[in-house]
Amino acid sequence: MSVPISVSEFAPLLPEIFVLSMACIILLVDLYLTDDNRYISYALGLLTMGLAAVITFVTMPVESVVVLNGTFVNDQMAAILKLFVYLLTAAVFVYSREYLIARSLFKGEFYVLIIFAVLGMMVMISAHSMLTIYMGLEIMSLALYALVAMQRDSIQATEAAMKYFVLGALASGMLLYGMSMIYGATGSLDLKVISEHVAGLEEKDLVLLLGLVFVIVGLAFKLGAVPFHMWVPDVYHGAPTAVTLFIGTAPKIAGFAMVMRLLVEGLGDMQFYWQDYLVVIAVLSIVLGNVIAIAQTNIKRMFAYSTIAHMGFLIAGILSGTQEGYSAAMFYTISYSIMSLGGFGMILLLSRSGFEADKLDDFKGLNDRSPWFAFMMLIIMVSMAGVPPALGFYAKLAVLQAVINAGLIWVAIIAVVFSIVGAFYYLRVIKLMYFDKADDTTPIEAGRDMRAVLSVNGITILALGIFPGGLLTICVNAML
Amino acid sequence: MNTESVLFYLFAAILVFASGMVVTVKNSVYAALWLVLAFFTTAGVWLLLEAEFLAITLVLVYVGAVMVLFLFVVMMLDIDIAPLKEGFTRYLPIGLLIGAVIVIEIVIIVGPERFGLEAMPAPIPHAADYSNTKELGRLLYIDYVYPFELAAVILVLAIIAAIVLTLRPKRWSKFVAVEKQLEAKSSDRVRVVKMPSEKKKH
Repeated sequence: MSVPISVSEFAPLLPEIFVLSMACIILLVDLYLTDDNRYISYALGLLTMGLAAVITFVTMPVESVVVLNGTFVNDQMAAILKLFVYLLTAAVFVYSREYLIARSLFKGEFYVLIIFAVLGMMVMISAHSMLTIYMGLEIMSLALYALVAMQRDSIQATEAAMKYFVLGALASGMLLYGMSMIYGATGSLDLKVISEHVAGLEEKDLVLLLGLVFVIVGLAFKLGAVPFHMWVPDVYHGAPTAVTLFIGTAPKIAGFAMVMRLLVEGLGDMQFYWQDYLVVIAVLSIVLGNVIAIAQTNIKRMFAYSTIAHMGFLIAGILSGTQEGYSAAMFYTISYSIMSLGGFGMILLLSRSGFEADKLDDFKGLNDRSPWFAFMMLIIMVSMAGVPPALGFYAKLAVLQAVINAGLIWVAIIAVVFSIVGAFYYLRVIKLMYFDKADDTTPIEAGRDMRAVLSVNGITILALGIFPGGLLTICVNAML
Repeated sequence: MNTESVLFYLFAAILVFASGMVVTVKNSVYAALWLVLAFFTTAGVWLLLEAEFLAITLVLVYVGAVMVLFLFVVMMLDIDIAPLKEGFTRYLPIGLLIGAVIVIEIVIIVGPERFGLEAMPAPIPHAADYSNTKELGRLLYIDYVYPFELAAVILVLAIIAAIVLTLRPKRWSKFVAVEKQLEAKSSDRVRVVKMPSEKKKH
């Protein structure tokens, strides 16, 4: 199997190589910066995302390319997901700048760690071997643990980081154990070889099934789906909001890619088995996430439970096991990360030095303080609840269609019923903004760049909701 | 039973016992020492599998460097075990139950029936001049070059993360400025004030 590697095989890896080099460059450049010109690191971070997007766009393949002895794949889905990861990360940089400055967290390490996490996500998205998936996951997770713990003097952040780390390590262990079982049963780490082996099976292989169970447990842990969701609320709540913003957006795309690579590309022919597990996880996530979110008074915790419910929808799209379902799940993941970006962006917009706008009551009377941003929050909430014409409606519709076409009507009914239950807590935010009096009438202090990007974010949700065709086509084509 | 099997069962028995001790002994220094024993016996098993290079690396790197470091850290930390044991008896039954179910499941599946010599024939032993190290190098630098590079990235990231979380720049902490101490003269510290002598009043 050992075939010497030619240099040309590294060409599809150009985006990864570029992002890694930039992470190292920022690390070095930042050493020579004083606190007054720290914005250079920030600018370099944005530049990295921009140039990486250009490189990924230019090297976007027509057909899938597998190089480096089957450890790396570049296909349409990979390129598109990576482009969205860059976009979300760049927005995270813009939203979080002032928040970080106000809390003296505006340091080069923040950008270095995030860019490393982005690299981990890219590796996961482009993985074609179980080993690469695991490596990418660890790069991403390690960077995220450190980011959560960055606010060292905050007991809450330290506790959140500790929980995240311990549970994340446990989940990695589960995932690895499952992978080792699959390796034992198929004799390969390469996803293509695994899928060929599985397709050739005549009777069920218990070793493979045990591996599958452990892999699903690991995946559900990383996505934060019930019953492996316990870390999500604590981490979302405890981490600095800028970090929560990041954790709540781009890693979801990587998580989707990881599920697609492992379950669909690798174990696609075991769909009969994993569908049942995923049905349980999806239904529980949608029910529990939506019901518990109602009881929250902290908006970061509320978003955390809403994430759990949204992850349930994502899994529901995948469990249908059809091309239609996969592209619906991809559409849902991208839509959800854009909405989540806006939601956490609003919390950052209202926060200021020494004040975290993370209580629901902090949104009281936002309409009197800033009608425009109250409107933006309205769009985000309506979209998350899944009310037309916002983006979230089409995302939910696409997933539900796929689930019904797969013959799982009862799953679709539960999903709809609990989405309506969930609409309550989204609408409550709207009620607070428009019908309550503000306790705090300080004008919103935020830079022009953040206001502009947040406005674009909100308008995008509305525009994509009215014209979802383009994004939907991209997602359908990516799955071909 | 040939010598190889005898050695294997000997190493395996010690390994399982030592691993059990690692998680059950109360004193964490002892736990680290039991772990050293577990590493040694693992290295023995690996030698039987013809993985000489890996076996030696395990002893050199893990036993020689990592565990020594570990012992130092464990000795420096003041770990109070008592609060960690809180609720132990309360959670013991459910923990045992779940553990037992998982163990039974795994034993049923990962048994000789599926991984025995009939299912997975033993590989042909290699000749004495076969270079294990060379094969390993070929795997690492050709077949798995991408994961290998990624592992390097993980190590860099781990260093960065550790420094981010622990480094406190000097201006945040109280420290001794040795050069300033050395420059100081007695005249900087002690001021002799001349004043007329007074008589204490009683």
